[in-house]
Amino acid sequence: MPTAERKSDGIKNDLVVYVCLLALAGLQFVIAYQHIDASHMFLRMLAVAIVEAGLAVMFFMHLWTEKRGFVLFVLIFTIFVLLGMQFGWTDSFRMVSGAPFSK
Amino acid sequence: MGPSVTSVGAPHGAPIEQSPYGIQSKKLAMWLFIIADTMTFAACLVAYGFVRNGASDWPRPFHSIVNVALMTFILLTSSLTMLFALRSAKAEDKPGAFRWIMITAAAGILFALLHIREWLALIHEGMTLFKNPWGTGLFGASFFSITGLHLTHVTCGVIALIVVGVRYRGGRYNADDIEVLGLYWHFVDLVWMFVVPFVYLLNLAH
Repeated sequence: MPTAERKSDGIKNDLVVYVCLLALAGLQFVIAYQHIDASHMFLRMLAVAIVEAGLAVMFFMHLWTEKRGFVLFVLIFTIFVLLGMQFGWTDSFRMVSGAPFSK
Repeated sequence: MGPSVTSVGAPHGAPIEQSPYGIQSKKLAMWLFIIADTMTFAACLVAYGFVRNGASDWPRPFHSIVNVALMTFILLTSSLTMLFALRSAKAEDKPGAFRWIMITAAAGILFALLHIREWLALIHEGMTLFKNPWGTGLFGASFFSITGLHLTHVTCGVIALIVVGVRYRGGRYNADDIEVLGLYWHFVDLVWMFVVPFVYLLNLAH
């Protein structure tokens, strides 16, 4: 395939991903105006943000085109540490209920 | 098992290890930086969530989404122009690549100006790092630290875009350098996708 044609196809793909990201970002603003409780709103926004991040990493940052081993290294390492950071949430809810530190 | 070392291209004939995962070392270095920076932002957002959960009087000071929506649009669009820059660079269209890099930098500057304008408006309303008129003082600390860290990344990115763009035009850098810089710029955009919902939209006054 000639370079110009390949470039044109690539730009088309970039535009599709860009429009998807704009739509997802817009969806987050729509969710912000829904009359739902904060925890549901947070979960919906988090789900949309993860999809957005996935699209950006795979297509804008071209992780999709790297070797499978590298993709697995980045994803597994990152997700493992991110999950490891979540251990303290129960303690934050304890603060809301005003329980003493020792409980 | 294949050879793990090679002496091709090594100075003084010393053996060097092949690049892990078969990608360029500078690209690998940028990915490692991005992973580390992801942890930094994630730690900030988790800490923010922690104090938000723990505060009974967490403020919701944002009445309008216009500014943050505009900032989001600008940053997303700048990611697209960065992709155009990379495609032009790979097609050896040097003037085109330079033009797209400068458009990306201009979008970054516009984003930063809108961000600073928003900060000034909040400061004018009485919000500082330690207190605000609406509720717990922790809000100002978490808001300014998270958005400030992001703004610092945008500022560094704009400087890098200008420097790399000029050096690319001068022939010192090539398309690979544009790609590495693009990774950083897309990462800045990616972080904003989490900052907007959690720091702005969850604190929207209804």
